[in-house]
Amino acid sequence: MKINDVILQTVTKIVVFIILTMAVYLFVSGHNSPGGGFIGGLVLASALVLLFLAFDTETIMKRIPLDFKMVAAVGAFITVATGAASLFLDIPFLSHAYSYVNLPVFGKTGLATVTIFELGVALGVVGVVVTIILSISEDV
Amino acid sequence: MLSVNLAIIIPFLAAVIIPLLYTKVSRNHIGWFVLIVPVVLFVALARYIPSVAQGATYLSTMTWIPSYDIHFNTYLDGLSLIFGLLITGIGSLVVIYSIYYLSSEESLNHFYIYLLLFMGAMLGVVFSDNLMVFYVFWELTSISSFLLIAFWYHRKRSRYGAKKALLTTVTGGIAMLTSFIMIYVMTGTMSIREIIADIDPNHMLFVPAMLLLLVGAFTKSAQFPFHIWLPDAMEAPTPVSAYLHSATMVKAGIYLVARFTPVFGSHETWFWLVSSVGIITLFWGSFNAVRQTDLKALLAYSTISQLGLVMSLFGIGSAALSMGAGKETVIYTQATFAALFHLVNHSTFKGALFMVIGIVNHGAGTRDIRRLGGLMSLMPISFTIALIGSFSMAGLPPFNGFLSKEMFFEAVVSVSQTGIFSLHISKVLFPAVAWIASVFTFIYCMIIVFKTFLGPYQPEKLDHEAHEAPLGMLISPIILAILVVGIFFFPNVLGDYLLRPAMASILPSLQLEGMVKPISAWHGFNTALLMTIGVIVIGTLLYLSIRRWKGIYSLLPEKWTLDNLYNNSLIQIEKISNRLTSFYMTGHLRSYSIYIFLFFIAAVGGTLLLTGAYSFDFAGDAAISVYEVVLVLIMIAAGLAIPMAKSRVNAILLNGALGYSMALFFVVFRAPDLALTQLVVETVSTALFLLCFYYLPEWKKENAPRRTKRNNLIISIAVGAIFVLVALAVRGGKLFETISGYFENAYELAGGKNIVNTILGDFRAFDTMLEVIVLFIGGLGVYTLIKLKATKEEQKLEDQ
Repeated sequence: MKINDVILQTVTKIVVFIILTMAVYLFVSGHNSPGGGFIGGLVLASALVLLFLAFDTETIMKRIPLDFKMVAAVGAFITVATGAASLFLDIPFLSHAYSYVNLPVFGKTGLATVTIFELGVALGVVGVVVTIILSISEDV
Repeated sequence: MLSVNLAIIIPFLAAVIIPLLYTKVSRNHIGWFVLIVPVVLFVALARYIPSVAQGATYLSTMTWIPSYDIHFNTYLDGLSLIFGLLITGIGSLVVIYSIYYLSSEESLNHFYIYLLLFMGAMLGVVFSDNLMVFYVFWELTSISSFLLIAFWYHRKRSRYGAKKALLTTVTGGIAMLTSFIMIYVMTGTMSIREIIADIDPNHMLFVPAMLLLLVGAFTKSAQFPFHIWLPDAMEAPTPVSAYLHSATMVKAGIYLVARFTPVFGSHETWFWLVSSVGIITLFWGSFNAVRQTDLKALLAYSTISQLGLVMSLFGIGSAALSMGAGKETVIYTQATFAALFHLVNHSTFKGALFMVIGIVNHGAGTRDIRRLGGLMSLMPISFTIALIGSFSMAGLPPFNGFLSKEMFFEAVVSVSQTGIFSLHISKVLFPAVAWIASVFTFIYCMIIVFKTFLGPYQPEKLDHEAHEAPLGMLISPIILAILVVGIFFFPNVLGDYLLRPAMASILPSLQLEGMVKPISAWHGFNTALLMTIGVIVIGTLLYLSIRRWKGIYSLLPEKWTLDNLYNNSLIQIEKISNRLTSFYMTGHLRSYSIYIFLFFIAAVGGTLLLTGAYSFDFAGDAAISVYEVVLVLIMIAAGLAIPMAKSRVNAILLNGALGYSMALFFVVFRAPDLALTQLVVETVSTALFLLCFYYLPEWKKENAPRRTKRNNLIISIAVGAIFVLVALAVRGGKLFETISGYFENAYELAGGKNIVNTILGDFRAFDTMLEVIVLFIGGLGVYTLIKLKATKEEQKLEDQ
C-alpha cells in the first residue's frame, strides 16, 4: 500500500524540530514551571511517533539507530541509581540535593540532582512508548 | 583478618567481574581466575581456626533494613567455620577439577558465574545470624543449583532434574520461611543467637515452627520422602555434583538442623523425627543405591543414605540437651560429635568418588557399570582413589569412614540401651535398621570398585579406548584421598581444632569438658566392632550372590514409587490450575474490565461505607462558571454518544473529545502541568489507536443477552457513582494528618517552584521510580509478547 503523503512528510520535517525543542524546553523548565521529565519524555516520544507515521519505520530506524529497549533500561537504571547514590552518603534513599550556581550565560541557575532523576524518567518514557509502538507496528 | 561479611560478598563481586574478564582472557584460563576466590577465602577462614578452637566467636553487624529488624549480621563460630572451610576448600578443588573437566567449547562464563553465586550464597547461609538474610541466601543456593543442574539445558533430562530440584527445595524453603515468621512471633527477634536464649518451648507455635523448619531441612538435604530430587540432579556436570550435591548444598539442611538444635532440640518430637527420618533415609538410600547401573545415580543414592546417617546422629545427639550434664549424656554428645566427624569425612571421600566417576566417564566414555570393567590396569591412579573412597564409605580401616561409622554404631547401640523418651520399639529397630543399611552400603561400595575396575575389560562396549585422565584432573581427587587416609591416622587434630568448637554451638547449654572422648581407631572388641565385622562378612556374601536376590527390587511396582507420585501430582496441578485459569481468563477485554471494576466497587465503595466518609459540605465551594458548565455538557454528550456510535472511528473521536475536554478542564482550573500531560497522552494514545485500527476486527453491534447488558449497565453506573462520591467526600473527612504542608513549603524543602514536579521528583520520588520501573516492565512485556514468539525450530529444541 503506497500512499502519497508528501504534505504530511513536508510538514513533519519542520514540525518535528518544533516539537523536539518543546520537549527539551519542557524537560529543562520542569523544576519551576510546567514541564518535567514525564511530559518532556512523552513529547519527545510523540515527535518520534510522528516521524514513524510520516515516513516508514525502516527509514527512521536507519537514521536513528537506537535500541529503544536499551533507552528504557538506561532510564529505569538512572532513576534507581540516583536514588541509590544517596545511600553512599548515608542519607535516606532518594534524597535529592540542589543549589544555585552562577553560570556565564544563563545567570543564576538552579542545579538539582532531581534533574538527573527526571532524565531517567524521560528516557524511560521515551524508550517504553517507542518500543511499544514499534513492536505493534512491526508485528503486522 | 578478613571480615566475614566481606568473605560472603567477594564471590558475588567475582561473579560480576567474570563477564568483563571473559572476553579478555583465553577461554581455557578463566577457571584459574575463579580459583583465586575460594583459595583466598579458604586461607582467610583457616586463619580463624586457632582462635575459634580457643572458644572465640566473631559477630559482625551491618544494618540493612533496621525497621524490620533485618540486619546483615554474620556470626562465626565452630559450626559455621567447619562449613565455611568445606565450602571454600572443596570449592577450590572442584574449580581445579572443572578446569580440566569442561571443554573450552562450553559456555564457561555461565558455569563459573553460577558456581560463584552458589559459593557466595552458601557462605551466606552458614554465616548469617539473621533469619531473613539466612532465608535469602538459602533460596539463592536453590536457584544457583537450578541453574547449574540445567547447565546443559538442551537436554530434556537436565531441565527435568533442575525443575524437580527447584520445586522440592523451594517448597521446603517456603515452609522454612513460615517457620521463621512463627519463631519471630514467638521471640520477637530475628537473630539466631537471641532466639536460642528467648525461645519458650511451651508456646503454641513451638511445635508447628519446628515441623516446618524440619520440612525445609529435609527437602534441602534430600531426606526421605523428599530425596527424589537428588538422583535427577545428577544431570549436572560432575564437578557440580561433587560440589553442590554431595559436599555442600545438600548439607545445608543438616546445618539447619545443627544450628537449630539448641532451639528445638530439647523437645521429644525433634529427637524422634530427626533420628528416625535419618535412619529411614539411611536405609532407603543404600537399599536403592545397589540397584543402580549408572555410577552417578548410585553415588546420588549413596549420598542420600550418608546424609541420612549424619541426620540421624544429630537427632540422637539432640537428646543431650534434655538430659543435662551427667554420665549418660556422654552417649548423646558423642553422637553429635560423630555427626560432625562423619560430615567432614563424607565430604572428603564422596568428593573424591564423584571426581573419579567423572574421570571414568571422561576416560571410558560411559558411566554404565554394565559396560565398564577391568579398568584397573588402564586407570591405575583412578582405581586407587576409588578404592580409598569406597572402602572409607563402607566403613573399613584404615580410612576415616571407619572411625565415624564405628561411632555411629556405638551411638545407635547405646541409644537402645538407655531409656530416653520411652524408647521401646526402637530398642531393636534403630540398631537393626542401621546395621542392614550398612550392609547395603558395603555392597554398593564394592560395586563401585569391583564392577568398574576389576572383571573383564570390554572394549567392544566402549566408544573409545579407555585411558587415564590428565594429571590436572587427578590433583583434586588425590588431595581428597590423602585426606581420607590422613584423617584416619590423625583424627584428633580435626577433632580438637574443628569439631569440638562446633559442639559448643550445637549444645551450648552443656559443659563439654570431658563429655567428648578423643577419637581412637582401636577401642577393644565392643558391639560396634562386631557389627562392622558382621557387615563385612554378610556384605561380601550378599555381594557375591547379588544375582540371586536382585528380584526384590521389582517387588515395588513402578506406579507406587515417589517419583511417579511427583510426576502425577505435577500433571494434576497443571491441569487444575489450567482449568481454574481458563475459567476466568476468557480472552475478552470486556471480562477483564468487569473484574477490575467490580474490585474497584468493592474496595473503594466498601471503604467509603466502612469509614463513613461520605459527608458533603458545599458551603466553601467556588461558584460554577459558564466554561465549566459548557465543558461538562460536552463531556456528558460525548460519554453518552460513545456506546451509540455507529463506527469505530466515531467511537475513537468521541473518546478523544472526552480526553481533550478533560485537558481543557485542567486549563480552566489552572493546572498547566496536568493539562499538558493530558494533551500529550491523548495524542500518543490516538496515534496508537490509529496503528491498531487497521487490524481490528469489524465493528459489530453487540448482541449480548439482556441480562448481561443490564449487569454491565449497573456496574458502570456504580463505578461512576463511586467516583462522584469519592470526589465529593475527599474534602469532607480527614482520616489522618494532612501532608499538604510539605507541598506549600516546596520551595524551601525541594528548591522547586513547580509543586507538581517537586511532588513527582522529590516528595513522592519513590512512587515515580517504581512507576518508571513498572512502565519499563510493561514495555518489555509488550515487546516479548509480540516479538519473541517461539519459532517452530525452537519448539523442536524444547521437546528434545
